[in-house]
Amino acid sequence: MKTNGKAFKYNDNVDTDVIIPARYLNTPDVNELSKHCMEDIDSEFVGKVKKGDVIVAGLNFGCGSSREHAPLVIKGCGVGCVIAKSFARIFYRNAINIGLPILECAQAAEEIKANDIIEVDFDNGIITNITSGKNYQAQPFPPFIQSIIEKGGLLASLKEGE
Amino acid sequence: MGMTLTQKILAYHSGLESVKAGQLVSANLDIVLGNDITTPVAINEFKKAGFDKVFDKDKIAIVLDHFVPNKDIKAAEQSKQCREFANIHSVSHFYDVGKMGIEHALLPEQGIVTAGDCIIGADSHTCTYGALGAFATGVGSTDMAAGMATGKAWFKVPSAIGFNIVGKLQENCSGKDVILTIIGKIGVDGALYKSMEFFGEGIKNLSIDDRLCICNMAVEAGAKNGIFPVDDITLDYLNGRSEREIKIFTADDDAQYDEIIEIDLSKITPTVACPHLPENTKNASELNNVKIDQVVIGSCTNGRIEDMEAAYKVLNGKRIAKGVRCIIIPATMQILRECVIRGYYTAFIDAGAVVSTPTCGPCLGGYMGILAKGERCIATTNRNFVGRMGHVESEVYLASPYTAAASAITGYITEYKEA
Repeated sequence: MKTNGKAFKYNDNVDTDVIIPARYLNTPDVNELSKHCMEDIDSEFVGKVKKGDVIVAGLNFGCGSSREHAPLVIKGCGVGCVIAKSFARIFYRNAINIGLPILECAQAAEEIKANDIIEVDFDNGIITNITSGKNYQAQPFPPFIQSIIEKGGLLASLKEGE
Repeated sequence: MGMTLTQKILAYHSGLESVKAGQLVSANLDIVLGNDITTPVAINEFKKAGFDKVFDKDKIAIVLDHFVPNKDIKAAEQSKQCREFANIHSVSHFYDVGKMGIEHALLPEQGIVTAGDCIIGADSHTCTYGALGAFATGVGSTDMAAGMATGKAWFKVPSAIGFNIVGKLQENCSGKDVILTIIGKIGVDGALYKSMEFFGEGIKNLSIDDRLCICNMAVEAGAKNGIFPVDDITLDYLNGRSEREIKIFTADDDAQYDEIIEIDLSKITPTVACPHLPENTKNASELNNVKIDQVVIGSCTNGRIEDMEAAYKVLNGKRIAKGVRCIIIPATMQILRECVIRGYYTAFIDAGAVVSTPTCGPCLGGYMGILAKGERCIATTNRNFVGRMGHVESEVYLASPYTAAASAITGYITEYKEA
């Protein structure tokens, strides 16, 4: 599985309140919510993002609230992958559970610039910056988590295990 | 190798003799919790996956607290969906308007969570219950759905940072100043994926409300959970309240900690976290030129009776500064009732504050105290992220009830000093 698209670059500690502000959380409708993705730190994001694009950020991406709406709207906007130096633990868990690809890779997160064209190969965890020509190897998922992803998320994997 | 308190509880619930940091376990759950924002997403996932019954109606708690009494039609639809699900599945711990409270104040108060429990909640502040000697952590809605269906959740066993607590707090300080000081020290990802384990001779000087507040904000340091050992203070609180057997676990003497940080309570001063991260801490006394427009005293962090008592102590017989809105939100109906009986309610109104029924409302910028562009609030809540309480150009300063109430009187951030 691969994704290919433009990089949107953010700093450390991107919290779930800026990913999807709570003032919109009076609905669980992902299509509706996705219109407000990243609104409070990047009001142009929703207008610019295209299917397959990549979010690249610093430390502790997705900190704060447990709202699963956060990875859901990122996925809902068509983002193909989030690359960060580290992820907040609930966001990490939620992303895997709902099938949003995420990768931890400090060097890629540091060096990739906004608007670089990025290709990610999830099978081997290789991130390629097409613009700069540089390759990065992301941390692979532990096999247990890999199996959840392969089965299509947590609930699908539970049904299979019954 | 010895186990930490968290590891002991996870081992027990996973049916294992011992576990070590990094190990993946499948643990049996005592309580699966959700609220009016996260439960609808969980219900949809639960149905989509084809589940038709919950694993145990007595081990699920659904609390409508974020947007109730409902702020608008969409929020009302979400509450309705939770209500219908709770009815269909006969969920024992369903809390609606009239008996609801902010979930993390309500569950301990009602004895729904107790020492030794393994708890997940689709709310990040579920880590609050560590104060009672339980393992409790926040998860998302899909984990909640899986927990409701199977009664289990997978965990990666965390390593721990130990906090050796010594000394005694000064009169104008509380658990909030302790946890803000710690987050200021280790940062918002200082305990990422880890447990924060509090112990030491000084914990006897921390009340249950202090401990609940401290564990509540463990997630603001990135932690998986925060936890206190069970002592006489815990048992006094739990006895006669817990609906399940109280199970006391203790950390091994040779338990491994990534590091141990000493916290001397006597050296802690009234602390404030400045915008826009809980780690941006300063002494309240350094901020007395910061003018405020609004004060919020409440939330799952500081809406308990001791917090109301602190607010009363400061506000009784005083007047809130002109131009300042002071919103006080007791966290549960029982606390609200106690405020009426003790005369706090009247004192708050006489001081010029408004008192609300329990809600998370303003803490997350939902309703009941949204900030306009350029406005500034000092709040006893837990997050001061960009736009958290309203406009992206508004600001939230986090503080204790003493500091927030003292600031309400002067109109500037103010350290409380007893008269």
